[in-house]
Amino acid sequence: TLPFNSHLLLFLTSFLAAASSSFFMSCSRFLGSVGTIIIKCKDLRIIQLDIPGMEECLNIASSIEALSTLDSVTLMYPFFYRPMFEIVEDGWSAFLPEKEFEVLSSVTDEWRLSYINKDFSICPSYPPVVIVPRSIDDETLQKVAVYRHGGRFPVLSYYHKKNGMVMMRSSQPLTGTNGRRCKEDEKLVNATLRPGKRGYIIDTRSLNAAQQARAKGGGFEQEVYYPQWRRIHRCIERFNILQESLIKLVEACNDQSHNMDRWLSKLEASNWMTYIKEILTAACLAAQCIDREGASVLVHGTEGTDSTLQVTSLAQIILDPDCRTIQGFESLLVREWLQAGHPFQQRCAQSAYSNSKQKFEAPVFLLFLDCVWQILHQFPCSFEFNEHFLVTLFEHAYASQFGTFLGNNENERSKLKLQQKTMSLWSWVNQPEELKNFQNPLFEANSLVIWPSVAPQSLQLWEGVFLRWNRPSRFLDEAEEEMRRIIDYNRFLLDKVNSMRKQIMQTETEDGMDRMQEVDSAANV
Amino acid sequence: MWALQSKGKNSWIEERKQLGRALSHKQCHVQYNHHLEFSRGCQRLTNHRPRQLARLQRSVLPAYPSERVEYTQLAGNPTANAAIADVSTTPFSCFYHGKLPALLPAQKISSVENVKLLDRYTNRRAASGTLYLTATHLIYVDASAEVRKETWILHHHIATVEKLPLTTAGCPLLIHCKNFHVAHFVIGQERDCHEVYTSLLKLSQPVKPEELYAFSYNPKMSKDNREIGWKLIDLKVDYQRMGIPNDYWEITDLNKDYEVCSTYPPEIVVPRAASKATVIGSSRFRSRGRIPVLSYLYKENNAAICRCSQPLSGFSARCLEDEQMLQAIREANPGSPFMYVVDTRPKLNAMANRAAGKGYENEDNYDNIRFKFIGIENIHVMRNSLQKLLEVCETKSPSMSDFLTGLENSGWLRHIKAVMDASVFLAKAVKDEKASVLVHCSDGWDRTAQVCSLASLLLDPFYRTFKGFMVLIEKEWIAMGHKFSHRCGHLDGDPKEVSPVFTQFIECVWQLMQQFPCTFEFNEHFLLEIHDHVYSCQFGNFLGTCHKEREDLKIFEKTHSLWPFLLQKKQELRNPLYRGFTAYKELQPNTLPFSFQFWCGMYNRFDKGMHPKQCVLDHLLSCMNQKIKLEDNASELENKLPFLDGPLPSEACYLSKVGCAASKTSMLNTPQDYQGEPPAVLSNGISVGDANVTSDVEQKNKENLANRRDLHRNDSVDVLNSEAKDGKPQHH
Repeated sequence: TLPFNSHLLLFLTSFLAAASSSFFMSCSRFLGSVGTIIIKCKDLRIIQLDIPGMEECLNIASSIEALSTLDSVTLMYPFFYRPMFEIVEDGWSAFLPEKEFEVLSSVTDEWRLSYINKDFSICPSYPPVVIVPRSIDDETLQKVAVYRHGGRFPVLSYYHKKNGMVMMRSSQPLTGTNGRRCKEDEKLVNATLRPGKRGYIIDTRSLNAAQQARAKGGGFEQEVYYPQWRRIHRCIERFNILQESLIKLVEACNDQSHNMDRWLSKLEASNWMTYIKEILTAACLAAQCIDREGASVLVHGTEGTDSTLQVTSLAQIILDPDCRTIQGFESLLVREWLQAGHPFQQRCAQSAYSNSKQKFEAPVFLLFLDCVWQILHQFPCSFEFNEHFLVTLFEHAYASQFGTFLGNNENERSKLKLQQKTMSLWSWVNQPEELKNFQNPLFEANSLVIWPSVAPQSLQLWEGVFLRWNRPSRFLDEAEEEMRRIIDYNRFLLDKVNSMRKQIMQTETEDGMDRMQEVDSAANV
Repeated sequence: MWALQSKGKNSWIEERKQLGRALSHKQCHVQYNHHLEFSRGCQRLTNHRPRQLARLQRSVLPAYPSERVEYTQLAGNPTANAAIADVSTTPFSCFYHGKLPALLPAQKISSVENVKLLDRYTNRRAASGTLYLTATHLIYVDASAEVRKETWILHHHIATVEKLPLTTAGCPLLIHCKNFHVAHFVIGQERDCHEVYTSLLKLSQPVKPEELYAFSYNPKMSKDNREIGWKLIDLKVDYQRMGIPNDYWEITDLNKDYEVCSTYPPEIVVPRAASKATVIGSSRFRSRGRIPVLSYLYKENNAAICRCSQPLSGFSARCLEDEQMLQAIREANPGSPFMYVVDTRPKLNAMANRAAGKGYENEDNYDNIRFKFIGIENIHVMRNSLQKLLEVCETKSPSMSDFLTGLENSGWLRHIKAVMDASVFLAKAVKDEKASVLVHCSDGWDRTAQVCSLASLLLDPFYRTFKGFMVLIEKEWIAMGHKFSHRCGHLDGDPKEVSPVFTQFIECVWQLMQQFPCTFEFNEHFLLEIHDHVYSCQFGNFLGTCHKEREDLKIFEKTHSLWPFLLQKKQELRNPLYRGFTAYKELQPNTLPFSFQFWCGMYNRFDKGMHPKQCVLDHLLSCMNQKIKLEDNASELENKLPFLDGPLPSEACYLSKVGCAASKTSMLNTPQDYQGEPPAVLSNGISVGDANVTSDVEQKNKENLANRRDLHRNDSVDVLNSEAKDGKPQHH
């Protein structure tokens, strides 16, 4: 007979391929001779397997356990995955910084590419190429890097074409308790300002937290040394607190008790929605400074790899219509998350069901996606992609057959030789037949800045992720289908009418000449 | 006014007409479109060419004779009051349907200038303008905005008027409306404020039913049409649809003189097996004579939903006829050996009622009943719950945690869930267990109405259509004596009788729409519209407390029915995703707590800033309209193609208009107060002049961008147009 083990593995592999989301927490218990394995997946699904036979069950359980807690990155699925599709466009080379810079340099010459970090020696978590003010040479950058936490000196994050204002990001300055200053840092930061203009520093920590950071050698920009800048503190929580929040939220969502008060109080106690509101508010503030106040902005927290990126990337979604297209959003993720050094491997290791405390685990990226979803929910016609796209990205960030989200920064990725050894997620996503699933039928390009509401009444729980496995989606799917049908039919009609019109016009211009001349002469008379 | 007088009566009326039209357009603008553009109101507005629009504005502006009208003492002035009562003679008195409410003749328009309207949530500069009091509405015209903005409040919609302590800016007047609109005015003079206050108190709480808007509302409809309107909904037809009369059920006129029950309609449906004596006997044993009658018959298996009030059982009383009555109901469903008796009250409340000689059915006294409590709280709990909910909604920039805690503490969603749970229980009993259900609460006109109507809605797709939903409300709410007048506080009366029972029903329907987006023929606006009119007293349907009272008020002779007016607006009230009558049968909603959402569109309906800035519903509705036009176009073109008879300029511009309508998604929304304080740079950096310059540039940029976007979006249409143009230049 076929051993259960291989049965299950077959089942597992089919799962991996199909859903590309995966497991990895299991617990087993026994009732008589039937063993039960409960698999808690990273995409928040919970699967229960009832397996007859004690031994088989234990075997399977230990196999899953082993497979789900691999020590080495190179043993992970992306290194074994063989794509079943033809690669049209290689995702690894789809978003090169040089290409992005070309676009920028067509509007302004105030910026340059710096290869100072090409061997990752100045800043291990930065990419080899960064964009800095043209007036600042590499020598200065080197000095600034020493003054900033982890060497993350201020670099360009976004250039607002409308008014030439910019958003920079960095890590905290290392002022320490004695208020150390760095003239080069001041020079670099000021180089981004237009003459006579002021700028904002958005510190993603509370003033209190920022002050405490000084004891550990960190700190914030002091008014005396940065007189042209005004500092605003917005409190965005740090990773371990966010992870606890996610765990609580998911627990609340899985609670099947019928008590409304309990649900609401658990939802409240998880604080998830509070964090969504905080992050969105900070991003809106940054966008407001740039677009409405016409001021440049520098964003940083402590390391500049988490809350900083949430703020800079969300602000771009608000400001820049390109970021609301599929390609543009992918490019944003590459620039502001992957290249900017968000430590995906540390943050997205175990997801909500981890039983061991993971020190660096945190749903920073999921929070970002949730915020994007909130904006999408408020501007359903302004995004080229749909909710499904965001959910897919969430899944792949935690478990994927593609190498895109492996490693913590570009440095690690290049050491792992991901480009050579694994597939890029974008190679798969950007195939026309896959793209279809991610497209929002309501999309109509909208070149305006979109200001979301951050009132609690306007923010909702992201059901597509958190309630996905707890409620049937049939009726909502049908609504989606119906919507698509209505819009597609209209497009079809419009095309039809237009082509018929064209046909009429063509014949018209041929044999209607004389008549038109008549009309003209009549008008002249 | 003087100018008007000199023109003579006709021109006065003519001008009023114009004003009416103009204002009604503006009204749309105000209602849907405070400063956001992505709404129907705006689409309608922008359908006018800019020049027309300007003309509109001009024609409206001088019509408010701001310099000619002195503020007349409203409360004390007898002429003013007389004018207020004298609405029936004024020709235009409807704003919901595109006409103007009676503006009092100019010297009687009461107005206050230099009134500020505060924004509820942000610290943005308050608007400043003029407050007008008409016979039916309070109108605020914002003079400071570039685009003329008006806020209209129907007097009947006003729930409370509060005068707040005097501030340096003036005397604040806070108005809460029954449709959850909150307006915070600041009036310069204390004396003015007080007079507006006392006038509004009088106007918003009429003492006599004859003072209600419905009795003066005159939409210029012929008598015949008005009567036809009242006949639109015929409950007998609905019973026929259920197959009644049949072997088990009959429609009886036992109550034709309201002898059985004064709050029931003259015709009721009872089991054929129940004799007159049984019915009369049972009525003596039921609170207020509200005997068990049929609410809905599920034709497939003969299981019925019946409703009544609590029995007068006390601790031990019995009534043979009542027991026979229940037996007759049970036996009318031969497929089931038992029936449910559902008491929708919490057990404790029901037990407390026994001390007053009321109570609930003793399972031992009735054959084969299964008795069950479903704890839905009473009207007082519900009223307080809504009060708390509204406080939460009104909180100025609450934190997420404040909001969620407030939502929880209000208990509102818990109550909604309780109503839904009860309805699901009923629907399941009928469909899955094939058992009949008898439902009651205390008097059987609040919770019972909610639960019975929702269960019918779950079971029968007909009730999810326009017509069906109207029938449902007429049947379960209006005919069966839900005390709208008391619950909605139409007249000056006991505030303890007011309760949002009907609002809860409407919300439950909305919650169902969220779970089943393709199953309802109508959309959210339809629900809101009905909810508005339950309070507006503009139509007769919801006046009074029961059928008898409505007859006494002569509402069928003197007022209009709401339903024909709603049907006229079917195009904008329909659900584009509706998959038709046969697509779904019974609904089985998920009632886990997370399936219920806070309904921002209802309780924060007038805070447009909180709503999604682009509305999928509106977008799809415009698609549906576009579809019809395109289809016409296509067939017309198909006919023309073989003949080719010359250019079709009218059609060309028609087509481009269609394209524009579909692309009207511009949204110049403004950033909110993200920091909780006014922008900082402005205060310590850029001067105001600078800011203006940048904003001008911004505006231009935006326009350019917008144009470009339109081009991009309509390229298919525009290509055509430009082709058409390209074709011609050679001849010029």
